[in-house]
Amino acid sequence: MTAEGCGAPAGGAPVSAAKDAGNQAVVQGKVTRNGSAVQVGYARLLNSGGDFVAEVPLGEDGGFRFFAAPGSWTLRVLAPGNIRAERVVSADIGRVTELEVAV
Amino acid sequence: MSRSDVLTGADWVEAHGSDPGVVLVEVDEDTSAYDKGHIRNAVKIDWKADLQDPVRRDFVDKAGFEALLSERGIANDDTVILYGGNNNWFAAYAYWYFKLYGHHNVKLLDGGRKKWELESRELVTEVPQRAKTSYHAQEQDQAIRAFRDEVVAAIGNKNLVDVRSPDEFAGRLLAPAHLPQEQAQRGGHVPTAKNVPWSKAAEEDGTFKSDDALRKLYGDEAGLDFGRDTIAYCRIGERSAHTWFVLHELLGQPNVKNYDGSWTEYGSLVGVPIEVGDAK
Repeated sequence: MTAEGCGAPAGGAPVSAAKDAGNQAVVQGKVTRNGSAVQVGYARLLNSGGDFVAEVPLGEDGGFRFFAAPGSWTLRVLAPGNIRAERVVSADIGRVTELEVAV
Repeated sequence: MSRSDVLTGADWVEAHGSDPGVVLVEVDEDTSAYDKGHIRNAVKIDWKADLQDPVRRDFVDKAGFEALLSERGIANDDTVILYGGNNNWFAAYAYWYFKLYGHHNVKLLDGGRKKWELESRELVTEVPQRAKTSYHAQEQDQAIRAFRDEVVAAIGNKNLVDVRSPDEFAGRLLAPAHLPQEQAQRGGHVPTAKNVPWSKAAEEDGTFKSDDALRKLYGDEAGLDFGRDTIAYCRIGERSAHTWFVLHELLGQPNVKNYDGSWTEYGSLVGVPIEVGDAK
Protein backbone atom coordinates (compact mmCIF):
# COMPACT_ATOMS: atom_id res chain seq x y z
CA MET A 1 0.00 0.00 0.00
CA THR A 2 1.25 3.44 -0.76
CA ALA A 3 1.77 5.79 2.15
CA GLU A 4 0.50 8.63 0.03
CA GLY A 5 -3.04 8.28 1.31
CA CYS A 6 -5.50 10.25 -0.75
CA GLY A 7 -3.08 12.94 -1.83
CA ALA A 8 -3.13 13.39 -5.57
CA PRO A 9 -1.29 16.12 -7.42
CA ALA A 10 -3.03 18.35 -9.92
CA GLY A 11 -3.54 16.44 -13.12
CA GLY A 12 -3.69 13.15 -11.24
CA ALA A 13 -1.09 10.78 -9.90
CA PRO A 14 1.62 9.63 -12.34
CA VAL A 15 1.68 6.15 -13.81
CA SER A 16 5.04 4.43 -13.51
CA ALA A 17 5.65 4.66 -17.24
CA ALA A 18 3.71 7.04 -19.42
CA LYS A 19 2.22 4.42 -21.72
CA ASP A 20 2.30 1.43 -19.38
CA ALA A 21 -0.88 0.95 -17.41
CA GLY A 22 0.43 -2.15 -15.59
CA ASN A 23 -2.57 -3.65 -13.80
CA GLN A 24 -4.46 -0.36 -13.78
CA ALA A 25 -7.33 0.82 -15.99
CA VAL A 26 -6.09 4.30 -16.78
CA VAL A 27 -8.15 7.10 -18.30
CA GLN A 28 -6.08 10.17 -19.03
CA GLY A 29 -5.88 13.10 -21.38
CA LYS A 30 -5.74 16.84 -21.84
CA VAL A 31 -8.22 19.67 -21.97
CA THR A 32 -7.56 22.33 -24.59
CA ARG A 33 -9.19 25.49 -25.82
CA ASN A 34 -8.25 26.89 -29.21
CA GLY A 35 -5.27 24.57 -29.20
CA SER A 36 -3.90 25.73 -25.84
CA ALA A 37 -3.96 23.84 -22.55
CA VAL A 38 -6.75 24.76 -20.13
CA GLN A 39 -4.79 25.18 -16.90
CA VAL A 40 -7.61 26.14 -14.55
CA GLY A 41 -10.44 23.67 -14.42
CA TYR A 42 -11.56 20.32 -13.11
CA ALA A 43 -12.03 16.87 -14.59
CA ARG A 44 -14.72 14.73 -12.99
CA LEU A 45 -15.24 11.02 -13.51
CA LEU A 46 -18.84 9.78 -13.38
CA ASN A 47 -19.86 6.11 -13.38
CA SER A 48 -22.30 4.55 -15.81
CA GLY A 49 -25.15 5.57 -13.51
CA GLY A 50 -24.09 9.21 -13.75
CA ASP A 51 -22.82 9.34 -10.17
CA PHE A 52 -19.66 11.26 -9.30
CA VAL A 53 -16.67 9.03 -8.56
CA ALA A 54 -13.58 11.24 -8.56
CA GLU A 55 -12.29 14.66 -9.48
CA VAL A 56 -8.88 16.21 -10.14
CA PRO A 57 -7.84 19.77 -10.88
CA LEU A 58 -6.30 20.07 -14.34
CA GLY A 59 -2.52 20.15 -14.47
CA GLU A 60 -0.49 22.97 -15.96
CA ASP A 61 -0.60 21.12 -19.28
CA GLY A 62 -4.39 20.73 -19.01
CA GLY A 63 -3.87 17.09 -18.09
CA PHE A 64 -5.90 14.69 -15.96
CA ARG A 65 -5.56 11.03 -15.03
CA PHE A 66 -7.86 8.49 -13.39
CA PHE A 67 -7.39 4.90 -12.28
CA ALA A 68 -10.79 3.41 -12.98
CA ALA A 69 -12.34 -0.03 -12.97
CA PRO A 70 -13.06 -1.72 -16.30
CA GLY A 71 -16.22 -0.38 -17.87
CA SER A 72 -17.88 2.70 -19.28
CA TRP A 73 -17.34 6.09 -17.70
CA THR A 74 -18.25 9.69 -18.36
CA LEU A 75 -15.59 12.36 -18.13
CA ARG A 76 -16.94 15.84 -17.35
CA VAL A 77 -14.81 18.98 -17.56
CA LEU A 78 -15.62 22.20 -15.66
CA ALA A 79 -13.76 25.42 -16.27
CA PRO A 80 -14.27 29.13 -15.49
CA GLY A 81 -16.78 30.89 -17.71
CA ASN A 82 -19.40 28.15 -17.26
CA ILE A 83 -17.48 25.88 -19.60
CA ARG A 84 -18.63 22.28 -19.48
CA ALA A 85 -17.81 19.34 -21.71
CA GLU A 86 -18.46 15.60 -21.50
CA ARG A 87 -16.97 12.52 -23.13
CA VAL A 88 -17.96 8.87 -22.70
CA VAL A 89 -14.94 6.58 -22.38
CA SER A 90 -14.33 2.91 -21.69
CA ALA A 91 -11.54 1.64 -19.47
CA ASP A 92 -9.81 -1.72 -19.34
CA ILE A 93 -7.19 -3.22 -17.06
CA GLY A 94 -3.74 -2.90 -18.58
CA ARG A 95 -4.76 -0.15 -20.99
CA VAL A 96 -4.20 3.62 -21.00
CA THR A 97 -7.23 5.27 -22.58
CA GLU A 98 -6.17 8.66 -23.96
CA LEU A 99 -8.50 11.45 -24.90
CA GLU A 100 -8.23 15.13 -25.72
CA VAL A 101 -11.15 17.31 -24.78
CA ALA A 102 -11.47 20.56 -26.71
CA VAL A 103 -13.80 23.01 -24.99
CA MET B 1 -26.49 25.50 15.16
CA SER B 2 -27.21 27.18 11.86
CA ARG B 3 -25.37 27.04 8.56
CA SER B 4 -23.88 30.46 9.14
CA ASP B 5 -22.15 29.09 12.26
CA VAL B 6 -20.20 26.54 10.26
CA LEU B 7 -20.13 27.81 6.67
CA THR B 8 -19.21 31.07 5.05
CA GLY B 9 -19.29 32.32 1.48
CA ALA B 10 -16.80 33.73 -1.00
CA ASP B 11 -18.19 37.29 -0.78
CA TRP B 12 -17.66 37.30 3.00
CA VAL B 13 -14.13 35.98 2.59
CA GLU B 14 -13.32 38.65 0.00
CA ALA B 15 -14.63 41.34 2.36
CA HIS B 16 -13.26 40.02 5.67
CA GLY B 17 -10.49 37.56 4.90
CA SER B 18 -7.84 40.07 5.95
CA ASP B 19 -9.62 41.29 9.09
CA PRO B 20 -7.78 40.94 12.42
CA GLY B 21 -8.93 37.78 14.16
CA VAL B 22 -9.70 35.99 10.89
CA VAL B 23 -7.29 33.39 9.52
CA LEU B 24 -7.80 31.75 6.15
CA VAL B 25 -6.27 28.29 5.87
CA GLU B 26 -5.96 26.25 2.69
CA VAL B 27 -5.87 22.48 3.13
CA ASP B 28 -5.74 20.66 -0.15
CA GLU B 29 -5.60 17.14 -1.42
CA ASP B 30 -3.02 18.42 -3.88
CA THR B 31 -0.56 19.82 -1.37
CA SER B 32 1.20 21.85 -4.06
CA ALA B 33 -1.95 23.75 -5.07
CA TYR B 34 -1.35 26.48 -2.48
CA ASP B 35 2.06 27.28 -3.93
CA LYS B 36 0.58 27.91 -7.37
CA GLY B 37 -1.95 30.39 -6.00
CA HIS B 38 -4.18 30.83 -2.97
CA ILE B 39 -6.68 33.27 -1.52
CA ARG B 40 -4.98 36.44 -0.34
CA ASN B 41 -3.59 36.13 3.21
CA ALA B 42 -4.32 32.41 3.44
CA VAL B 43 -1.80 30.18 5.17
CA LYS B 44 -1.29 26.54 4.28
CA ILE B 45 -1.67 23.37 6.28
CA ASP B 46 -0.44 20.16 4.67
CA TRP B 47 -2.88 17.39 5.66
CA LYS B 48 -0.10 14.84 5.63
CA ALA B 49 3.16 16.54 6.62
CA ASP B 50 1.52 18.78 9.26
CA LEU B 51 -1.34 16.67 10.60
CA GLN B 52 -0.07 13.08 10.52
CA ASP B 53 2.44 11.57 12.94
CA PRO B 54 5.55 10.81 10.86
CA VAL B 55 6.12 7.40 12.44
CA ARG B 56 2.94 5.94 13.97
CA ARG B 57 -0.31 5.79 12.06
CA ASP B 58 -2.04 8.52 14.05
CA PHE B 59 -2.47 12.26 14.24
CA VAL B 60 0.10 14.65 15.59
CA ASP B 61 -0.37 14.80 19.34
CA LYS B 62 -1.70 17.76 21.32
CA ALA B 63 1.73 19.32 21.67
CA GLY B 64 2.34 18.89 17.97
CA PHE B 65 -0.96 20.56 17.09
CA GLU B 66 -0.17 23.42 19.45
CA ALA B 67 3.24 23.88 17.84
CA LEU B 68 1.73 23.80 14.36
CA LEU B 69 -0.93 26.43 15.03
CA SER B 70 1.47 28.61 16.98
CA GLU B 71 3.94 28.53 14.10
CA ARG B 72 1.19 29.39 11.58
CA GLY B 73 0.17 32.36 13.71
CA ILE B 74 -3.26 31.05 14.69
CA ALA B 75 -4.54 32.09 18.12
CA ASN B 76 -7.16 30.38 20.25
CA ASP B 77 -9.73 33.12 19.69
CA ASP B 78 -9.17 33.47 15.94
CA THR B 79 -11.94 32.64 13.51
CA VAL B 80 -10.43 30.02 11.21
CA ILE B 81 -11.85 29.74 7.70
CA LEU B 82 -10.81 26.51 6.00
CA TYR B 83 -11.01 25.85 2.30
CA GLY B 84 -9.59 23.39 -0.21
CA GLY B 85 -10.15 21.58 -3.47
CA ASN B 86 -12.28 18.59 -4.33
CA ASN B 87 -15.48 19.83 -2.69
CA ASN B 88 -13.60 20.80 0.48
CA TRP B 89 -12.71 17.18 1.05
CA PHE B 90 -9.49 17.82 2.97
CA ALA B 91 -10.69 21.12 4.39
CA ALA B 92 -13.57 19.23 6.00
CA TYR B 93 -11.04 16.78 7.39
CA ALA B 94 -9.08 19.68 8.87
CA TYR B 95 -12.32 21.14 10.24
CA TRP B 96 -13.00 17.87 12.07
CA TYR B 97 -9.39 17.84 13.24
CA PHE B 98 -9.64 21.41 14.61
CA LYS B 99 -12.81 20.37 16.47
CA LEU B 100 -11.05 17.26 17.74
CA TYR B 101 -8.50 19.49 19.47
CA GLY B 102 -11.12 21.91 20.73
CA HIS B 103 -10.90 24.87 18.33
CA HIS B 104 -14.58 25.75 18.03
CA ASN B 105 -14.45 28.99 16.07
CA VAL B 106 -13.91 27.39 12.68
CA LYS B 107 -15.89 27.46 9.42
CA LEU B 108 -15.66 26.10 5.91
CA LEU B 109 -15.71 28.30 2.83
CA ASP B 110 -18.72 26.81 1.03
CA GLY B 111 -17.61 25.49 -2.36
CA GLY B 112 -13.96 25.73 -1.41
CA ARG B 113 -11.20 26.36 -3.88
CA LYS B 114 -13.12 24.95 -6.84
CA LYS B 115 -16.01 27.40 -6.68
CA TRP B 116 -13.56 30.22 -6.06
CA GLU B 117 -11.56 29.25 -9.16
CA LEU B 118 -14.59 28.63 -11.34
CA GLU B 119 -15.79 32.12 -10.45
CA SER B 120 -12.38 33.48 -11.50
CA ARG B 121 -11.78 35.11 -8.10
CA GLU B 122 -8.33 36.38 -7.17
CA LEU B 123 -5.53 33.97 -6.29
CA VAL B 124 -2.09 35.21 -5.23
CA THR B 125 1.27 33.56 -4.61
CA GLU B 126 2.58 35.82 -1.85
CA VAL B 127 2.74 34.05 1.50
CA PRO B 128 1.47 36.10 4.47
CA GLN B 129 3.78 36.67 7.42
CA ARG B 130 1.87 36.09 10.63
CA ALA B 131 3.32 36.64 14.10
CA LYS B 132 3.74 33.46 16.09
CA THR B 133 1.21 32.69 18.81
CA SER B 134 1.09 30.48 21.89
CA TYR B 135 -1.75 28.19 20.96
CA HIS B 136 -3.27 25.93 23.62
CA ALA B 137 -5.19 22.87 22.40
CA GLN B 138 -7.68 20.77 24.35
CA GLU B 139 -7.39 17.02 24.82
CA GLN B 140 -8.84 15.11 21.85
CA ASP B 141 -12.64 15.02 21.88
CA GLN B 142 -13.22 11.28 21.61
CA ALA B 143 -16.95 11.90 21.13
CA ILE B 144 -16.28 12.55 17.46
CA ARG B 145 -13.58 9.93 16.75
CA ALA B 146 -14.26 6.19 16.39
CA PHE B 147 -11.75 3.36 16.70
CA ARG B 148 -11.90 -0.11 15.19
CA ASP B 149 -13.42 -2.05 18.11
CA GLU B 150 -16.25 0.44 18.23
CA VAL B 151 -16.90 -0.12 14.54
CA VAL B 152 -17.06 -3.90 14.97
CA ALA B 153 -19.42 -3.44 17.92
CA ALA B 154 -21.58 -1.11 15.86
CA ILE B 155 -22.45 -3.76 13.27
CA GLY B 156 -26.21 -4.09 13.45
CA ASN B 157 -26.44 -1.65 16.35
CA LYS B 158 -25.55 1.79 15.01
CA ASN B 159 -25.72 3.53 11.68
CA LEU B 160 -22.59 2.75 9.71
CA VAL B 161 -22.12 4.99 6.69
CA ASP B 162 -19.60 3.96 4.08
CA VAL B 163 -19.00 7.13 2.10
CA ARG B 164 -16.73 5.68 -0.60
CA SER B 165 -17.77 5.26 -4.21
CA PRO B 166 -20.07 2.33 -5.08
CA ASP B 167 -17.15 0.49 -6.73
CA GLU B 168 -15.08 0.73 -3.56
CA PHE B 169 -18.08 -0.29 -1.44
CA ALA B 170 -18.65 -3.36 -3.60
CA GLY B 171 -14.98 -4.32 -3.46
CA ARG B 172 -14.20 -3.70 -7.13
CA LEU B 173 -11.87 -0.78 -6.35
CA LEU B 174 -9.64 -0.33 -3.32
CA ALA B 175 -9.01 3.41 -3.73
CA PRO B 176 -10.72 6.42 -5.31
CA ALA B 177 -10.52 6.37 -9.09
CA HIS B 178 -8.01 9.21 -9.35
CA LEU B 179 -5.41 7.23 -7.42
CA PRO B 180 -3.54 4.02 -8.21
CA GLN B 181 -5.34 0.98 -6.90
CA GLU B 182 -3.79 -0.68 -3.86
CA GLN B 183 -3.72 -4.41 -3.27
CA ALA B 184 -2.68 -4.80 0.36
CA GLN B 185 -6.09 -5.37 1.93
CA ARG B 186 -9.41 -7.01 1.23
CA GLY B 187 -12.10 -5.20 -0.69
CA GLY B 188 -15.66 -4.76 0.49
CA HIS B 189 -17.44 -3.00 3.33
CA VAL B 190 -18.45 -3.36 6.98
CA PRO B 191 -21.62 -5.46 7.19
CA THR B 192 -24.81 -3.41 7.65
CA ALA B 193 -23.11 -0.23 6.37
CA LYS B 194 -25.14 1.99 4.07
CA ASN B 195 -23.32 3.34 1.04
CA VAL B 196 -23.78 7.07 0.65
CA PRO B 197 -20.85 8.41 -1.39
CA TRP B 198 -19.61 11.56 0.30
CA SER B 199 -19.83 13.54 -2.90
CA LYS B 200 -23.61 13.19 -3.04
CA ALA B 201 -23.75 15.82 -0.29
CA ALA B 202 -22.17 18.38 -2.60
CA GLU B 203 -23.42 20.22 -5.64
CA GLU B 204 -21.23 20.20 -8.72
CA ASP B 205 -19.67 23.53 -7.72
CA GLY B 206 -18.61 22.03 -4.39
CA THR B 207 -21.18 23.77 -2.19
CA PHE B 208 -23.25 21.71 0.21
CA LYS B 209 -26.78 20.73 -0.74
CA SER B 210 -29.69 22.18 1.23
CA ASP B 211 -30.61 20.69 4.60
CA ASP B 212 -33.82 19.29 3.12
CA ALA B 213 -31.95 17.62 0.27
CA LEU B 214 -29.39 16.20 2.72
CA ARG B 215 -32.05 14.81 5.05
CA LYS B 216 -33.73 13.17 2.07
CA LEU B 217 -30.40 11.73 0.87
CA TYR B 218 -29.36 10.16 4.19
CA GLY B 219 -32.79 9.45 5.64
CA ASP B 220 -35.35 8.66 2.95
CA GLU B 221 -32.99 7.32 0.31
CA ALA B 222 -30.21 5.64 2.31
CA GLY B 223 -32.35 4.60 5.26
CA LEU B 224 -30.25 6.04 8.06
CA ASP B 225 -32.09 6.00 11.38
CA PHE B 226 -31.62 9.54 12.68
CA GLY B 227 -32.52 8.28 16.16
CA ARG B 228 -29.37 6.15 16.30
CA ASP B 229 -25.72 7.01 16.76
CA THR B 230 -23.66 7.03 13.59
CA ILE B 231 -20.12 6.14 12.53
CA ALA B 232 -18.88 7.27 9.13
CA TYR B 233 -15.87 5.79 7.38
CA CYS B 234 -14.16 5.83 3.99
CA ARG B 235 -10.65 4.69 3.08
CA ILE B 236 -8.41 6.83 5.30
CA GLY B 237 -10.93 9.08 7.07
CA GLU B 238 -10.92 12.23 4.93
CA ARG B 239 -14.03 11.74 2.84
CA SER B 240 -15.88 10.55 5.93
CA ALA B 241 -14.87 13.76 7.72
CA HIS B 242 -16.86 15.54 5.00
CA THR B 243 -19.87 13.35 5.78
CA TRP B 244 -19.30 13.86 9.52
CA PHE B 245 -19.52 17.59 8.82
CA VAL B 246 -22.82 17.12 6.99
CA LEU B 247 -24.45 14.92 9.61
CA HIS B 248 -23.08 16.58 12.76
CA GLU B 249 -22.58 20.21 11.81
CA LEU B 250 -25.23 20.84 9.14
CA LEU B 251 -27.99 18.41 10.13
CA GLY B 252 -27.27 18.62 13.87
CA GLN B 253 -27.15 14.89 14.56
CA PRO B 254 -25.86 14.62 18.14
CA ASN B 255 -23.72 11.48 18.11
CA VAL B 256 -21.68 11.11 14.94
CA LYS B 257 -18.13 9.81 14.87
CA ASN B 258 -15.55 9.66 12.13
CA TYR B 259 -13.62 6.39 11.94
CA ASP B 260 -10.31 7.67 10.60
CA GLY B 261 -8.75 4.20 10.51
CA SER B 262 -11.38 3.48 7.86
CA TRP B 263 -11.05 0.83 5.20
CA THR B 264 -7.25 0.74 5.08
CA GLU B 265 -7.42 -0.44 8.70
CA TYR B 266 -10.67 -2.42 8.73
CA GLY B 267 -9.95 -4.18 5.43
CA SER B 268 -6.60 -5.37 6.82
CA LEU B 269 -7.88 -6.67 10.17
CA VAL B 270 -7.77 -10.40 10.77
CA GLY B 271 -11.03 -12.07 11.68
CA VAL B 272 -13.54 -9.25 11.25
CA PRO B 273 -16.65 -9.71 9.09
CA ILE B 274 -16.65 -8.21 5.60
CA GLU B 275 -19.38 -8.04 3.00
CA VAL B 276 -18.77 -7.67 -0.71
CA GLY B 277 -21.10 -6.67 -3.48
CA ASP B 278 -23.29 -3.74 -4.32
CA ALA B 279 -25.57 -2.02 -1.85
CA LYS B 280 -28.79 -3.92 -1.34
